[in-house]
Amino acid sequence: MAATSPLRRAHTRHRRLSHTQRQRLLAWALIVPAFLVVFALILTPILRAFWMSLHVIDLKRPAIGQPFVGLGNYLDILQDATFWASVARTGYFMLISIALEVMLGVAVALLLNQHFRGRGLLRALVLIPWALPITIDAIMWKWIYNPSYGALNSLLYQTGVIASYRTWLSDPISAMHMVIIADVWKTTPLVILLTLAALQTIPPALYEAARVDGASAWRGFWDVTLPLLRPVLTIILVIRTMDAFKVFDIIYIMTSGGPSDGTKVIAYYTYLEAFSFLRQGRGAALAWLMTLFIGMMAFLYIRLVNRETEY
Amino acid sequence: MRRLLLQMGLYAAALLVAVVILAPPIWLFISSISSSAELLSVPVHWIPEAPTFDRYVQVITATGGESAANFRRSLLNSLTVALLVTFLCVAVGALAAYSFARMSFAGHGNLIYVLLLSYTLPPLMLVIPLFRIMGDLSLTDTLQGLVIVYASLIMPFAIWILRSYFQTIPSDLEDAAMIDGCTRVQALRRVILPISLPGIVATALFCFLASWEEFLIALIFTSSPAAKTIPVAIAEFTGRHAIDYGMMATGGVIAALPPILIALVFQRYLISGLSSGAVKG
Repeated sequence: MAATSPLRRAHTRHRRLSHTQRQRLLAWALIVPAFLVVFALILTPILRAFWMSLHVIDLKRPAIGQPFVGLGNYLDILQDATFWASVARTGYFMLISIALEVMLGVAVALLLNQHFRGRGLLRALVLIPWALPITIDAIMWKWIYNPSYGALNSLLYQTGVIASYRTWLSDPISAMHMVIIADVWKTTPLVILLTLAALQTIPPALYEAARVDGASAWRGFWDVTLPLLRPVLTIILVIRTMDAFKVFDIIYIMTSGGPSDGTKVIAYYTYLEAFSFLRQGRGAALAWLMTLFIGMMAFLYIRLVNRETEY
Repeated sequence: MRRLLLQMGLYAAALLVAVVILAPPIWLFISSISSSAELLSVPVHWIPEAPTFDRYVQVITATGGESAANFRRSLLNSLTVALLVTFLCVAVGALAAYSFARMSFAGHGNLIYVLLLSYTLPPLMLVIPLFRIMGDLSLTDTLQGLVIVYASLIMPFAIWILRSYFQTIPSDLEDAAMIDGCTRVQALRRVILPISLPGIVATALFCFLASWEEFLIALIFTSSPAAKTIPVAIAEFTGRHAIDYGMMATGGVIAALPPILIALVFQRYLISGLSSGAVKG
């Protein structure tokens, strides 16, 4: 920030010459504690992970030592069909869950932007899934899906939707969709809250102008609301892409990557390599590949945020 | 007529949303107060015949078996870790955020993005090398270890939100204070921090929530009941062969209560923090 106010300039002139230098020193001093914490525990591990990824580190076979293999781990991974299958599953999870979250989220945000009795209460309710820890979300849905005692089977059976109980999590395709439902229930509220905040900044005069011009509510949505929501929707998409790409907790608890690897997403695959098979060099390489993807998304995010603030 | 139909549609939609949101957690709660026999009845007993809060009493007093005692222990662990992490992130983060919001130096503009980038890292990237580093420092399976790792992970986010909050405060305020003879640090403490209280509260809440729900790192770094946090304790519970569904539901409800209460009580702070952290720069 440049010191621009005339008062401030007059004030600084009274100080010694080293004032700017002292301010700069202070600017650094305020940051140093945070950076010590963040860099010691984030930057060092990142570099160490990269170094590890260049070696074969197989803790189950200590006899082979930890030979340096250069980019060998990366090449191995990129030629591995299991890796690409887990990438495809992650992509499917991201695509379906984000599409549902954005569509439902915008719809509910539009609803909450209307005037009706109980609107405040409903807005408060939206916070419940958002605040619920993801692990609790996972055990809750796993219990609902329980093949023998679960609420879902009972509800669908008693209302005549299904003729016999199903084992929702025992089929790879069904399991993936059940996990997606649990994720959508938990995450749509974030989309609702962000979209609603953006909707509330749209001046009502714009809608009135559209109505005077004879536009229907539907056209008003497409021509007025949606273009104005574009910035927030773009940001939601980027945030959700970064997050959904890392999906782990819900998979670990609900399906453990199964059945027959049907929900083995990239984060779970990496976790298994590093902590179950103890192939930590390969695990580190996988983590680096994940980071590269997320880094690209983060870069996009920063570009978008910068463009937004400029107007 | 058309207006009436529209109104009815609106209320029907609102009701549907409310049911979809509430049904799963209410079912979790009903399960936690149903008797063990009713939990295993087919078809489901939607309304328990003899609701009992025994399991809650067991968890709170740590009586009635190992799982109740372990839940209680892990709740206290989670609380300790979350409070310490929140304090560290807000105290240290506020200084850095102020520097980023108000002062300038070389490389300053890019540094904040380096911070943001570190927040978006997949936790696995850190966990694999940290597992060895923490092992060397004998910090694995300790609450201290978790506090250090969480604080470093959550702090970039705290700085990011606080920075956007500080930027909304006109700098004339500090200028005025500094003309009256305050140093910059005094201006920060006496003028900026008190005005920023809503932003600081929001940041503290986010830090608490993030720490309370973190799972992957706790899963890998903790193994004994003395250090396990509540998400790990609950996940472990569902992995057993003979699951005590009632106790699992009770643990779930208890673990969900603090964040949900925080969200409902502080909704205004959280929503403004959420949108300023995500939407503004």
